[in-house]
Amino acid sequence: MKARAHRKEIRKYSVLKVVAQTALGLTLVALCAVTLFVLARGIPHVNTQLLFGDYGMYPSIKPALIGTLYLIVISILIAAPIGIGSAVFLTEYTRSNSRLTRTIRIATETLAGIPSIVYGIFGYLVFVVALGFKYSLIGGGITLAIMILPVVVRSTEESLLAVPRILREGSFALGSSKVRTIFSVVLPCASSGIVTSLILAVGRVMSESAVLILTIGMVVNKIPEGFASPGTSLALDVYYFGSHGYPEQAAATGVVLLVLVVSINILATVLGKALGRGELVDG
Amino acid sequence: MGNNQIDTARDSEAVRVEEGGAALNNGGLPESSDMYNITVRNCDLYYGDFQALKSVSIDIEEREVTALIGPSGCGKSTFIKTLNRMNDLVEGCRITGEILIGGRDIYAKSTDVTLLRKNAGMVFQKPNPFPMSIYDNIAFAPRTFGIKKKIELDVIVESSLKHAGLWLEVKDRLKKNAMGLSGGQQQRLCIARALAADPKILLMDEPTSALDPISTGRIEELINELKTEYTIVIVTHNMQQATRISDKTAFFLLGEIIEYGTTESIFSMPKDKRTENYITGRFG
Repeated sequence: MKARAHRKEIRKYSVLKVVAQTALGLTLVALCAVTLFVLARGIPHVNTQLLFGDYGMYPSIKPALIGTLYLIVISILIAAPIGIGSAVFLTEYTRSNSRLTRTIRIATETLAGIPSIVYGIFGYLVFVVALGFKYSLIGGGITLAIMILPVVVRSTEESLLAVPRILREGSFALGSSKVRTIFSVVLPCASSGIVTSLILAVGRVMSESAVLILTIGMVVNKIPEGFASPGTSLALDVYYFGSHGYPEQAAATGVVLLVLVVSINILATVLGKALGRGELVDG
Repeated sequence: MGNNQIDTARDSEAVRVEEGGAALNNGGLPESSDMYNITVRNCDLYYGDFQALKSVSIDIEEREVTALIGPSGCGKSTFIKTLNRMNDLVEGCRITGEILIGGRDIYAKSTDVTLLRKNAGMVFQKPNPFPMSIYDNIAFAPRTFGIKKKIELDVIVESSLKHAGLWLEVKDRLKKNAMGLSGGQQQRLCIARALAADPKILLMDEPTSALDPISTGRIEELINELKTEYTIVIVTHNMQQATRISDKTAFFLLGEIIEYGTTESIFSMPKDKRTENYITGRFG
């Protein structure tokens, strides 16, 4: 009787194992299929004309590379100080379970879950129309900053909460003010987590398209002249080329985007680890 | 000179106000290094509704080691944290009574808490070096108080580490991360870090409870050396430690000081039955 139950147990276990293995296999197949397909279709068309050429007879992603760079700079420059500042306020200046903190936490989590096209329509109505920015990189960049803000706040908050209390006490006991404690002890200790979250935010900015369709104008053939001019981004170029008769170029742009996003994620991991064990410098 | 100043300040409130400048410059503490005795009168401390200290009164002499003993939760750690106002950081903490250092009320409005904490260095139960270089750890407090020149900092770092008996072990790796040191070394680093602020008083909250016997021995030797220059108050769970290093001992129980006197008298002929029961290991 006992042996039978045992056999049954084993059978149940092996069935479960097969199901799990199949699920894992399907995931890997799907992942590889997408990656390999994009790479196979795209790599032959990645060439200097596409990357660095002028947009004329043949399409080029030079305007998109520059536009993407603009968007990263604008959105990070806005989201980093505001996001880190908010997180510092939440962890260092309010009680961890006060009503204010809880409300802000729920708000940030909700904001993080909103589909990006909704941010896009907000950006369009506010920056493009109401504030008269017209289609511009700055309007898109600000909208992206708002979109990544909740993520930056949440992950910075986690990093700050992970800094042991005894380090803060040690700093206060040496006569440090709150400001010095935050800038010389708490933030440096949390720097690896903060930097990692910012780099991952760069990845999100790079691969975002819905927000930008409605805000930056998708001008694929002109190098942007500045923050206020309209432009395009890599992800938008994939959409534009794909829907305007350049499927190869769309795939090639996809390859560039894929390589950049993977590099960014690797960079985040490596830098996070390096900062985590590295030495912080005071003064 | 210093004594006179303090006496007049004590006598007349007006003089005290006039001396407000000096008081601010030194955290409400006297300029003279001669007067760093601690006087506590009828100190009550509440965490919310819970009363953690009950009418505590004690006179702690300067350049002596005073040990605070008692079972867990008796208020000895709470008490030591009132001496550098670390309890200010605890929400819902309320203190009444008088705590004077060198005759000045450290809870007075004119007291600069940062300077009070500079003058009353604290060493914690668990070593808490900052995750930065050994040098930056020691230079932390001097930098807080405006010393930026490398030559001056070098001198402070070397003398503080020598004082804490750590110099020979770390002089070749001052730029290395302090987290790489052993637990005992980290605790001596924390002592050096407190000494670098040029304090007059050292408050130690069970500084050896996380350390092995050899490291503990080194810290005890260090305390014996340091007491010639500093007023030392140490919380300890270890009664042998109290007898080895302290001149006076106070026995805390349920937020009250039951007995206070020379360490010798407390351990050889305690007056109170409860003290006797505790030191003979009948409870605690």
